Amino acid sequence: MPLFSFVIRRLLQMIPTVIFILIVTFILVRLLPGDPASAMLGDRARDADVERINRQLGLDQPVVVQFFYFVRRVVTGDLGNSIGLKVSVSSLILQRLPVTLMLTGMSALIALVLAVPLAFIAASKRERLPDSIIRGAFQMGLSMPVFYVGIVLLTVFAAQLKLFPVGGYGDTLGDRLYHLFLPALTLALSFAAVLMRNLRASIIEVMNAEYVDFATAKGLRSRVILFRHILRNALISTVTLFGLQIGTLLGGAVITETVFAVPGAGRLLIDSIYGRDYPVLQGLTIALAVLVSLTFLITDIVQAWLDPRIAR
Amino acid sequence: MSADWAAARSAFRLKALPRSLVSGGVILGLSLVLALWPSLLAPYDPTAFDYSALLAPPSWAHPFGTDNFGRDVLSRVIHAYTIDMQIAIFATIGPFIFGTIVGAFVGYAGGLWEAIFGRIVDATITFPFLVLVIAIVSVLGPGLGNMYVAVGVVGWVFYARLVAAEIKVQKRLDYADAGRVMGYTPLRIIFRHLLPNAITPAIVYWVTDMALAILLGSSLGYLGLGAQPPAAEWGVQIADGKNFMNTAWWISVFPGVAIVLTGLGFSLAGDGVAELLRVRR
Repeated sequence: MPLFSFVIRRLLQMIPTVIFILIVTFILVRLLPGDPASAMLGDRARDADVERINRQLGLDQPVVVQFFYFVRRVVTGDLGNSIGLKVSVSSLILQRLPVTLMLTGMSALIALVLAVPLAFIAASKRERLPDSIIRGAFQMGLSMPVFYVGIVLLTVFAAQLKLFPVGGYGDTLGDRLYHLFLPALTLALSFAAVLMRNLRASIIEVMNAEYVDFATAKGLRSRVILFRHILRNALISTVTLFGLQIGTLLGGAVITETVFAVPGAGRLLIDSIYGRDYPVLQGLTIALAVLVSLTFLITDIVQAWLDPRIAR
Repeated sequence: MSADWAAARSAFRLKALPRSLVSGGVILGLSLVLALWPSLLAPYDPTAFDYSALLAPPSWAHPFGTDNFGRDVLSRVIHAYTIDMQIAIFATIGPFIFGTIVGAFVGYAGGLWEAIFGRIVDATITFPFLVLVIAIVSVLGPGLGNMYVAVGVVGWVFYARLVAAEIKVQKRLDYADAGRVMGYTPLRIIFRHLLPNAITPAIVYWVTDMALAILLGSSLGYLGLGAQPPAAEWGVQIADGKNFMNTAWWISVFPGVAIVLTGLGFSLAGDGVAELLRVRR
């Protein structure tokens, strides 16, 4: 039962976080020079239109009242309407966010596939040549900006070798996986570097733990020790890391989607900035922040489930 | 005592400096020279058009080739050091100082302040960093100044968290009690006694944060939200060249190499500083 009360406690902790998210995004749009309506409509706006938008946004009310209107609208799922695309922001987000989720999911998977074996090699050949090479590679991975990696991969594998499409997004699932592979790989490289550094450290730590010595003394085969004892425990910290890195991953997705013209939430964010579509910008910022805090919640629960000491 | 002495002595011998600190330091030293005196090494004016040499491939006259306006790519890469190194420093120094001060107070005061601060941290890390910075910059208007503001608004939290955690440990130690018994003011105890012992993680983070700042600055430059063309900035240059990747790869590739190299310099130096300060303690 401690797990259950832990989940409840964690859920309650989310309330102030969500309120803070709403305050920040509310202030954000208020930082616009001049009134939001003129900013949205541009220089050629007619006074009547400005007034209409201001009324529509409730800007003729006191700030505190405005905030409560804002919260009431957001809580009921109404994020306003896009100025450029003339549809509701929530429907836009629901349409674009799954693409981004698929992209980040794929890249997390690729990163894991890259990082686990490399971390093992580095940890078992510690301070020797393979370790130095692998650590050098992850230093490089951390120093490479996502947009640069994307442009290089795009040119080499899509434009020159024609192994992958140049960009966009397919219609069927297989086609989508094919289209998203290069963007996912782009995003995965820097994430794999972070993952590998962390895994290497935790594998080394676990290898020195007494229960591993005990397993060896019991005469268990090294493969059993590797998978059942070392890898399993080393992966617990990876779950935490994934939670902490989800924000970075989503930020990377914004850039990757821009480079590869993937019609996801990140691309929508950049388009909303170029198009001065502030309702979309605000709605997306809320949606992405809520997504991150949900990921925190899930990784915390998974962690408590893997390691029951945490829930106490 | 003898162990301390040996550690202190070895830390000051060049041979014993962490290898990563030496190699990172060399890269950063050269970068700083290029940033301060770009005209010394740049063969051409970074913004001068040369219509007789458009999209020229690397040659002796133009080692990194020229772009679609005939501008010399090498000169632009060198002049960009001024902006990108400035980003590394300006985008991080404000958060470092402000975050350290707030973190020191919060860690020392504890109680309600700590609880409020904890909520602020929780809430800040729920925003994807890049998304929040992009949103703030787009609202304030593109440009380097607004980028520093945006990064500062978000970035101080990470420094404050590190310092607060360390101060919390330090304030329970005997020497802090000794300071209180001596009747020192909390200000004096925090800044003269506790902070010097608590600031190490923040300094280590600062060095690696500069690498992140360069990645962020060039990303915003690439998106058109950071440094504005025709300024020579690596991200802007990569964006300029991205449509010519198939025919004139050199426009984008060389600035990218500069980013990777400088980023590597900062992260190596960060690792080295971490190792050095660990030895000293």
